[in-house]
Amino acid sequence: MSDPARRLPTRASMSSGSDRAFQYLILALASVIVLVFVVSLYLLGKDSWPALQRFGVEFFTQRTWNPVNGTFGAAAMITGTLVTSFAALIISVPLAIASALFVAEYAPKWLANPVGYLIELLAAIPSVVYGLWALFVIAPVLARWQITFFSPEYPERLALYTKCAGIWANDQTTLQCFFVPSSGAGRGLALAIIILTVMILPYTASVARDVIRLVPADQREAMYALGATKWEVISRAILPYARAGIMGGVILALGRALGETLAVAMVIGDSQDILKSLWGNASTMASVIANQFGDAQELLHRSSVVTLGFILFFVSVAVNLLARVLIGRLTPKGVK
Amino acid sequence: MTPILSAKNVNIFYGDKQAVQNVNLDVQPGTVNALIGPSGCGKTTFLRAINRMHDLTPGARVSGQILLDGENIYAPGVDPVAMRRRVGMVFQKPNPFPTMSVFDNVVAGLKLAGMRNKDQLMAVAERSLKGAALWEEVRERLNTPATGLSGGQQQRLCIARALAVDPEILLMDEPTSALDPSSTAKIEELMTDLKKVTTIIIVTHNMHQAARVSDTTSFFLVGDLVEHGPTDQLFQSPRDERTEAYVTGRFG
Ligand SMILES: Nc1ncnc2c1ncn2[C@@H]1O[C@H](COP(=O)(O)OP(=O)(O)OP(=O)(O)O)[C@@H](O)[C@H]1O
Ligand SMILES: [Mg+2]
Repeated sequence: MSDPARRLPTRASMSSGSDRAFQYLILALASVIVLVFVVSLYLLGKDSWPALQRFGVEFFTQRTWNPVNGTFGAAAMITGTLVTSFAALIISVPLAIASALFVAEYAPKWLANPVGYLIELLAAIPSVVYGLWALFVIAPVLARWQITFFSPEYPERLALYTKCAGIWANDQTTLQCFFVPSSGAGRGLALAIIILTVMILPYTASVARDVIRLVPADQREAMYALGATKWEVISRAILPYARAGIMGGVILALGRALGETLAVAMVIGDSQDILKSLWGNASTMASVIANQFGDAQELLHRSSVVTLGFILFFVSVAVNLLARVLIGRLTPKGVK
Repeated sequence: MTPILSAKNVNIFYGDKQAVQNVNLDVQPGTVNALIGPSGCGKTTFLRAINRMHDLTPGARVSGQILLDGENIYAPGVDPVAMRRRVGMVFQKPNPFPTMSVFDNVVAGLKLAGMRNKDQLMAVAERSLKGAALWEEVRERLNTPATGLSGGQQQRLCIARALAVDPEILLMDEPTSALDPSSTAKIEELMTDLKKVTTIIIVTHNMHQAARVSDTTSFFLVGDLVEHGPTDQLFQSPRDERTEAYVTGRFG
């Protein structure tokens, strides 16, 4: 009975006190995060108010953005953000999945690891470097092709350009003219899409690679055992099993594309006109914020720029929520 | 009777390490054959050689011959993809395709083989599900996700999936080890019926199961096939003392 080792250990009151202190600390830190979120939402809302009050729904539908006469409508930038992001997404997703499959399923180990690492490294390159690279390396290549539309050496292209220029002058475009270059500068919407494609590729690719590697061996083997080729195993067992995770990577990339600022601001040409050509100057919400925030002195201009940030904030939150729903739906459940 | 499957001098290696040595074994059509032995003795390794699953494991190598209906499946020029359609496989853990419906799981192998006709697929699905004693339980929910079934139902679904392509041999690697006793009993019962349509090779750790369901039993020990014979004889009067030690539970 009196064996000291058998007695219930008593707790020093100190230790339960420090437990509680730690609990409060954690609570405080967690509250700070919530507070920061709420305060920034409030400030964004407050600073957006003048523009929203003045323009109302027209802020979203109007395509004139004119600081000189104080008319602000964000239709062109909203379109620009959506077009660049989704176009980059559509191009990068197949490339990303292909590279993930190469790394996870086809490449021998000595090649898979360095290639996978290089793809991940793409995510570590600063935006400004992408911007410079786009301007100095890709833009000249695009420009060389674009100027053929202004040269008498290619009479058909010149004729096409002349026809389209007439259409554009009336603030209109056609499907054909949308693909005709409107300037020979290399910069513009297309360059922004190209650079975004490269920038978001690693997000989808590395997530896809990881989830593909995590597909259980017995899923692959079940398909092989039924008499499937390697490609059939990939398309019918591996990709369906991994689809929720891949979708997670895609949404991550989309979030990145929607908010990408500096590289896009450097290459997109900063025009608030409505899109008439894939190769023309354009702008996104983020690029306008970056390019105009410093000069926006008047209240209404400043407030309109903040409103762009407000919209971007909501779009990002909406994308995240959508991602949760989609991933929940796609996740295979209950394999027993 | 000519054996449907016959292993001749089969050796299996993982890299430099030999896992199965010099196995010779004949399997008669329409029988259930149990592979028993202590953990790590090479049962799974041998079973997977029968549908060339080792082709998928880097470093794994098989030598010798495995004759399926008299043809060596390891002969040069044999297409492992086409060959695997003749040999079904059921795994230790139920592994239905989780993004597919019950129906799509059953017909997955038929679709691989190019069958597209809805009525035909439906007919085979019904036949296979009946063969796996699952039809009555799932006929109303063929289009619901396969993962909505219980573990035992999922395993019978996997059996139906394997049966759908009409395999000459059905390989089962401890198919009931993840299941509760009543699901196990269902699957054991099923095996007796399946003998009418196919030939079964089953790996099991459960000696009572081997005794109950199999016609012949092979006892493996560290990569050697120690003894092979009719199940009754192997359990009641084993010729090798190591077999006797194992089946009487003095071992492993
Ligand atoms: N992929 C592999 N690479 C290397 N060695 C392996 C591999 N798979 C199995 N082995 C080895 O081969 C031997 C036989 O393994 P196997 O899985 O065939 O045993 P088993 O009889 O099925 O055992 P259990 O009853 O535990 O399932 C073991 O020593 C095991 O460690
Ligand atoms: Mg095993």
